[in-house]
Amino acid sequence: MKERELVVSKIREGTVIDHIPAGKAILVLKILGIDERTKETVSMALNVPSKKMGTKDIVKVEGLFIKEEELNKIALIAPNATINLIRDYEIEKKFKVKLPEVVKGILKCPNRMCISNSKEPVVSIFYIKVEDNKVFAKCHYCGKRIKELADYLI
Amino acid sequence: MMKHLISIDDLKKEDILKILDKAEEFEDVALGIRKCKILEGKILANLFFEPSTRTRISFETAMKRLGGEVVNVSAQEASSMAKGETLADTIRVVSNYCDAIVIRHYLEGAARFAAENSAVPVINAGDGAGQHPTQTLLDLYTIRKECRKLEGLSIALVGDLKYSRTIHSLIKALTLFKTKIYLVSPEILSLPEEFFEELNGDFQKAKLEEVIGEVDVLYVTRIQKERFLDEEEYKKVAGSYRITVETVERMRSDAIILHPLPRVDEIDVKVDKMRQARYFKQAFYGVPVRMAILSEVMQ
Repeated sequence: MKERELVVSKIREGTVIDHIPAGKAILVLKILGIDERTKETVSMALNVPSKKMGTKDIVKVEGLFIKEEELNKIALIAPNATINLIRDYEIEKKFKVKLPEVVKGILKCPNRMCISNSKEPVVSIFYIKVEDNKVFAKCHYCGKRIKELADYLI
Repeated sequence: MMKHLISIDDLKKEDILKILDKAEEFEDVALGIRKCKILEGKILANLFFEPSTRTRISFETAMKRLGGEVVNVSAQEASSMAKGETLADTIRVVSNYCDAIVIRHYLEGAARFAAENSAVPVINAGDGAGQHPTQTLLDLYTIRKECRKLEGLSIALVGDLKYSRTIHSLIKALTLFKTKIYLVSPEILSLPEEFFEELNGDFQKAKLEEVIGEVDVLYVTRIQKERFLDEEEYKKVAGSYRITVETVERMRSDAIILHPLPRVDEIDVKVDKMRQARYFKQAFYGVPVRMAILSEVMQ
């Protein structure tokens, strides 16, 4: 039996997000908009031993196939996450998340004088870029750069 | 696609040069020597949520010189208009009354947001500490006219490099013209780190006395009291740089001094008569450059 199956049981159908950096699983759920109002069963394993990562987190969402476009948003904080779409206990599709070029309504601009932080009917827009292997986001409105993306999740 | 002018980032080098060339053609119209009515029947709305004199008047003059009409909405009227109404709605309403909008706003990114909600072209006349692209275009025009070239010059940017939107716009444009840029400011008013990360330019922090004899252009800015939340912080740096006759005497005779105005006491009035002083000429150049911009977005 594989190591992670000892921690979180297999699911019959749904989405498994693996290789999340340890401690970031809750942020992954936040990005995906999964909370107490979500009907599906969500299980989470934190600090699971991993050969590649030392420790990692795993999230399983039973009965929900999350769209690839949505899942790619988690690359902002978990760039090496792998996704397994499960059907009838078997892996139907497996892929790595890809960084989106633009994210809307996920990050909050740290510049308090930015229009995106005003009372206007405006959704934050950030362009995602990679420089020297580091991910950063640039505000569409004021141009402010964010390096620690996890600190600015809405 | 509708043309807006929001940030200098939106322009390529050839777009900038096209506007400067066009401004050159309008200079005699700006002086009242030649008549030109290419914008006859068009209406420009000046929507200023922050006080402005030079920029607003120069847009108004530019529009009128080209035969167009202007509707001015002052800071007081704009804020009362915005009472209970979002900027998005104000723009949707005003853009139905006119052919282009010039906006100045205290929030960064407001002009881009306005453009997204407008049915007519929007020109950014300053958004908080963000961008001021029309000032940059007139600065470049002045440099090209007065130094007879734009490429390969050296410039010292002096004063508030942190909050000055004029500097933030200008510095981006200067990197397109292989300019050697000296940054002269008090430490707390240094250029924000992201400019170094983002721009591939030839920057160097310097002291004024080290570079004064070398530069082609001395660009002086006002330390803006209104950008400081803490008055004590302002007092620490107010008056840090003062350009006097003695300072200018150490400059090259063919070098020029620019200032986006208004000045407080950064440049001694005695300097005004010296050959290097070009800031009032720079203010005039705002008219032909804004004529070029208006004709570009409205025609």
